Amino acid sequence: MDLKEKAKELRRETFKTICLGGGGHMPATLSIIDVLTVLYYGILNIDPNNPDDPHRDRFILSKGHACVALYAVLADKGFFDKHHLCTFGKCGTILGGHPDMHKISGVEASTGALGHGFPFGIGMALSGKLDNEPYRVFTLLGDGECQEGSIWEAAMFASHHKLDNLTAIVDFNKQQAMDYLDKIVSLEPFAEKWKAFGWEVIEVDGHDVNQLLETFNSCPLVEGKPNLIIAHTTKGKGVSFMENEPLWHYRMPNLEEMKIASRDLDLGDFWREFE
Amino acid sequence: MRNAYISALHKLSKTNNNILALVADNGTIVYDKYLEDFPDRFINFGISEANMISVAAGLASCGKIPFAYTISNFLTFRAYEQIRNDVCMQEMNVKIVGIGVGFVYSYLGPTHHGTEDIAVMRGLPEITIFSPSDPLETVKVTNAAARIVGPVYLRLTTGGTPKIYEDDYEFEVGRGVTLREGSDIAIIATGSIVHEVVQAVNELEGLGISARLINIHTIKPIDREIIIKAAGETQAILTVEEHSITGGLGSCVAEVLAEENCVFHSFKRLGLNDAFAQGYGNYQEMKALNGLSKDDIVREVNVILECKG
Repeated sequence: MDLKEKAKELRRETFKTICLGGGGHMPATLSIIDVLTVLYYGILNIDPNNPDDPHRDRFILSKGHACVALYAVLADKGFFDKHHLCTFGKCGTILGGHPDMHKISGVEASTGALGHGFPFGIGMALSGKLDNEPYRVFTLLGDGECQEGSIWEAAMFASHHKLDNLTAIVDFNKQQAMDYLDKIVSLEPFAEKWKAFGWEVIEVDGHDVNQLLETFNSCPLVEGKPNLIIAHTTKGKGVSFMENEPLWHYRMPNLEEMKIASRDLDLGDFWREFE
Repeated sequence: MRNAYISALHKLSKTNNNILALVADNGTIVYDKYLEDFPDRFINFGISEANMISVAAGLASCGKIPFAYTISNFLTFRAYEQIRNDVCMQEMNVKIVGIGVGFVYSYLGPTHHGTEDIAVMRGLPEITIFSPSDPLETVKVTNAAARIVGPVYLRLTTGGTPKIYEDDYEFEVGRGVTLREGSDIAIIATGSIVHEVVQAVNELEGLGISARLINIHTIKPIDREIIIKAAGETQAILTVEEHSITGGLGSCVAEVLAEENCVFHSFKRLGLNDAFAQGYGNYQEMKALNGLSKDDIVREVNVILECKG
């Protein structure tokens, strides 16, 4: 599969879903598209027809507010019908602003409050180790989320238990809700922090699908250590005026901006839906 | 109570391989036998209660049945959002076991007194809450917790809880127990303070007062019938709890009385009244310092019945 093309397609689907739903964390969602594409189309051993298979790989979106990207992927994979996407956020939908594991096939954990999904995934990885199950657990964290203390309690625990079946990816887009992390509370030296907590750390371009694929395929990077992938990303990736602009954390484009975004993403006349 | 819990858990673990004993650096010596017999199923998280609960939820999502144990306050308050979102909201089969409820940790002070745990925990959907009164009842609720598929909170005191029940005690989830029949007043109590109430009821009997004693071991779901019946058959209702009267057992009973349109003459909640437990000393001294000794209960009953009469 051409992962690059698939990522483009999913980026378009994600943008459309958020715009039609009328709300969502657009830039934080656009920054994780490539990571999700590589995981779901190149790495994870999962079957939409058998979503509860105990031997499956697990993926947890710890930064639950970026859920529309996950919805686009799960719909495309066939976990649920694509028509649900146009109901996002509306009365009666299964697709809310944060993912619900009870309502949506393929969602492994209900996330939304930050600092929860990561330790939840660690529980899954620990269970795998206890049962000698070969499955792997992947979890995607926000960089701002790493300001939560629960992340570091969990980080300590995972390395102590040598959970090399666990890979955490940090969507390092350098921004949080109100501004750049470095202006609010800096995570630096970020890689060194994770190393000090006993993790094997690797830094990659979070939009380079080939590099991502190669990195995920080589996990565990070192036997006996959990894997931490710092994915350097651009918040708002693909929409010119949103890229690296903190103002857009939770904001919807107006008609003029919609025209620009439609051109950026090869969405043709999509903007006309909002005329 | 603590030892009764751990030996019940040990027994359950022999027949159910999915049961895991999780602790947050609390349980020196008492878990030794468990650790010896099930070394791979005992996990000490260190001092990180929030992490223990989230990881427990992840383990439960893979079929494990974690019993996560430590001092009640550090679970129910510090890890509340983890209990809410990761365990209750996702209906995970996690058992939250808080020890040292009430002020049994006496001189350790209010940081360690579990006196608002019912208030916060009973607001959560999906969870069953057990508050046993003696070691045998602790075994019964532990077994029940293992049978229930879903979140359970066990609130336990530590060691040395006196016996209330005989070996033939028949326990039923959600069904209160009338320990003593009586018609002048119904005293409804929960947890280890029940022992103090038993003594008070004995003394009241000597004074010619017929007090009914009801033990509520299941806080959620509460036994509505036994409360309605008590309101209909006695003159007054007094709740006794080693807990804040705001949101605790007294509040549970008040809600039932109001919603069921019960006609009753007098209702009073005895417990900590908008206060943390005061003072230092041993457990008995703490009860006296905080208005929950046998003498306080007897006095309260007399005041209620005199006012009414």
